[in-house]
Amino acid sequence: MTGAVRFQALGTLCVRLINVFRDTGTWWGWWRRWLPALAVAGLLSAPAMGEDRESLTIGITQFPSTLNPNIDPMAAKSYVLGMALRPITVYDADWRLVCLLCVTLPSIENGLAVPVDRADGKKGIDITYTIRPEATWGDGVPVTTADVLFTYEVGRHPESAVGNAELYRRITGIDVKDDKTFTLHVDKLTFDYAAINDFVLLPAHIERAAFADPAQYRVRTRYNTDPTNPGLYNGPYRVMEVVAGSHILFAPNPHWAGPPGHFKRITVRAIENTAALEANLLSGTIDMVAGELGLSLDEALAFDKRHGEGFQMIFKPGLVFEHIDLNLERPALADRRVREALILGIDREAISNSLFAGRQKVADSFVNPLDAGYSAKTPRYHYDPARAAALLDAAGWRALGGGLRRNAQGDTLSLELMTTAGNRTRELVEEVLQSQWRKIGVDIRIKNEPARVLFGETVPHRHFDMAMYAWISAPEDVPRSILHSSEIPDASNGFAGQNASGFKSPEMDHLIDALEIELDPAKRKTLWAAVQKLYATELPSLPLYFRSDTFILPKWLRGVRPTGNQYPSTLWITDWAAQP
Amino acid sequence: MIRFTAIRLVEIAAVVVLMSFVIYVLIGLMPGDPIDLMRQADPRMSAADVARLKAVYGVDQPLFARYLAWAGQALSGDLGYSRLFAAPVWSALVPRLGNSLLLMGSSFVLALALALGLGTAAARRPGSRFDAAINLCCFAGVSMPTFWLALMLILVFAAGLGWLPASGIATAGMSNLGDRLVHLVLPVATLTLASTGGYTRYVRAAMKEALLQDHIRTARAKGASESRVILHHALRSAMIPVTTILALSFGGLVSGALVTETMFAYPGMGKLIFDAVMGNDYNLALAALLLATVTTMLANLAADLAYGWLDPRVTYR
Repeated sequence: MTGAVRFQALGTLCVRLINVFRDTGTWWGWWRRWLPALAVAGLLSAPAMGEDRESLTIGITQFPSTLNPNIDPMAAKSYVLGMALRPITVYDADWRLVCLLCVTLPSIENGLAVPVDRADGKKGIDITYTIRPEATWGDGVPVTTADVLFTYEVGRHPESAVGNAELYRRITGIDVKDDKTFTLHVDKLTFDYAAINDFVLLPAHIERAAFADPAQYRVRTRYNTDPTNPGLYNGPYRVMEVVAGSHILFAPNPHWAGPPGHFKRITVRAIENTAALEANLLSGTIDMVAGELGLSLDEALAFDKRHGEGFQMIFKPGLVFEHIDLNLERPALADRRVREALILGIDREAISNSLFAGRQKVADSFVNPLDAGYSAKTPRYHYDPARAAALLDAAGWRALGGGLRRNAQGDTLSLELMTTAGNRTRELVEEVLQSQWRKIGVDIRIKNEPARVLFGETVPHRHFDMAMYAWISAPEDVPRSILHSSEIPDASNGFAGQNASGFKSPEMDHLIDALEIELDPAKRKTLWAAVQKLYATELPSLPLYFRSDTFILPKWLRGVRPTGNQYPSTLWITDWAAQP
Repeated sequence: MIRFTAIRLVEIAAVVVLMSFVIYVLIGLMPGDPIDLMRQADPRMSAADVARLKAVYGVDQPLFARYLAWAGQALSGDLGYSRLFAAPVWSALVPRLGNSLLLMGSSFVLALALALGLGTAAARRPGSRFDAAINLCCFAGVSMPTFWLALMLILVFAAGLGWLPASGIATAGMSNLGDRLVHLVLPVATLTLASTGGYTRYVRAAMKEALLQDHIRTARAKGASESRVILHHALRSAMIPVTTILALSFGGLVSGALVTETMFAYPGMGKLIFDAVMGNDYNLALAALLLATVTTMLANLAADLAYGWLDPRVTYR
């Protein structure tokens, strides 16, 4: 719309508003006439952000604290760096492991991965990668094995503040063949040996100076002190401007040799309040809301009803597994029959349909149906209050006069259900669960806490009966941290494990240990099925559903492919384009 | 007066030292630490990683030892490093402080100007329709939730009419003054509308009382013009209680406006303090809260000194 036409439309609006004031005697009449006029004016005068197809503005709800890829893990950082840094390997939208910075994915079959016998009698593996020949940092310096060695040095150093250093610990050494080819010597042979997704290369020619004092590296890294330095980035875009807490501006990386991005500038704007995020989307201040860090599903469904026709709405089920941890140290919950009664006493299908319009599928276990390890034979629990009641009776919890259940000692079957205070979706689900469990005679007391208290204190120290929250995993992620007995958080491990239920099963431990090292996909599938069956039978936690990410995109944008896993859609930013 | 000021400055210094300890301990006693937050973001982080990172970030030390270490650094002018902003505390603080001073200062001046005008006008005709209308608007302004007001302004002026940007401090890649000012309009309007009502009520009450005093009657009897009576005599008396309120509000200039900043994605001090506390960024939270404390106390000292100028009967001992 041209400026002249818009000016004329606004003039018309002004005249109309004056007439409205003159003709209308009551406030209600004023509002009734004023609002449609305003809406029309909005349509006429809205800024034509979408007309500028060379730029894209993305709204997210979090701002990254640092842009160093290996320090302080954050979803927002992964999202923005997806455009500017290429990991060597990642899981794509089909949840397959793919090379981004390497030429060929190593495998035992293609000879690039070679199992070896280690001196300690265990199996290790040597894996050879070749960096893409055209890979170049944004200042024109080629990405080489010098960067690999430097990244390894940083990752191994105990004072470097690298977050998850497990991969670096597993790598016992690196042999460099030439500028582009290197071999990792890994001390453990696991089925996912080729996945070195956490090994994100750092530019040695820039970062080495900052690493002179490893203890100060987290402070001096150029990603913090000079984040717009083009040499820090090797992806299709580079960071041009960082305004902390507000936005990050990206422009094409002139030294990127892959398929070019279709936008001349991309702005990622942080707007933490989701109502404000919606308003910004409607105003055209932002073009899209990222699914990875955007609206919750209930907010997105409400938005879809009101404004869905004007946008592309993509609902992508992912790996965020909502569940209820049961503290197995509580006498009532230690009885498997009670746990089964609890899951039979809730109608998860109805919850999914009524609260989430069926967009969040009910989970049978922690393994998503899209995952290669998923087993359709996993026991499935449908709503069956009669059977739930029978199981509680059998466990010694009897309903006297149809009210709450008591055991022989006169104790009421009363449990505390906790979740993150302020999470509207979870609080809504809690209320439904409380009502449904009440029907089978179980008293539920809701006690919610702020996330930092729940995850900082209550869950790690296991001060709960039932805690509703989410586990985040990766494709074919072995559930060691959530189900292995060695991962029960306690003082000896600094309360670091995720097995907050306190689930101890030698069979599960054995299955997990075997699963990690099983290279044969068919045998691994069998092990995966056994793990899921044991989980669904023992029910150390109650599976609820897999959370869906909602991507709200402009109608003119094409090529955005949500992954549903922890690797953001921005890694494939060069596929994003405005529809001609 | 010099002695009074010196004593008050010593008191302020003592309170700041005490507050630094109290704030540090209170933040430190909150459940969780920065490494717990990192572990939430990456659940695969092992116990060994957690222990290593706690040592790297120094959170494995007892709280008191950490405070002493911080205090030692602070005395040498180093307020430490902000984990959330990945920058020295001052570098993280200064841009936000500038943003907040611009936002809060603009709305403070506007609200004060409006309140002085409206409050004085209402006090001159107490009980009139004009007074009732001003009162109604004041109560509406005071009662209106800031987040709702902000959202309405965004929906009308950004989403509806498209006249103003809905959020941020500037268009990405642009840094001209006009662009900054355009981004300021809606947040400043929100804060001004939200705070004018309260200030107007104070001014009206103080002015109404001042206009009943003997010296005003005397001034009128001596033939002083109405504008001179109001501006020179009544307003000066009325400013004494108003100054107290303004001094107390002054801390807000540096502690920011959390709700407004959040709604407009405006990077100011309110959001910074909230994020620093929630994100266990001890150094940053401590520096920001202390800055707000010092500003409030200095503003109160300034108000005490202003009383002497406004009312010659006030003496300092």
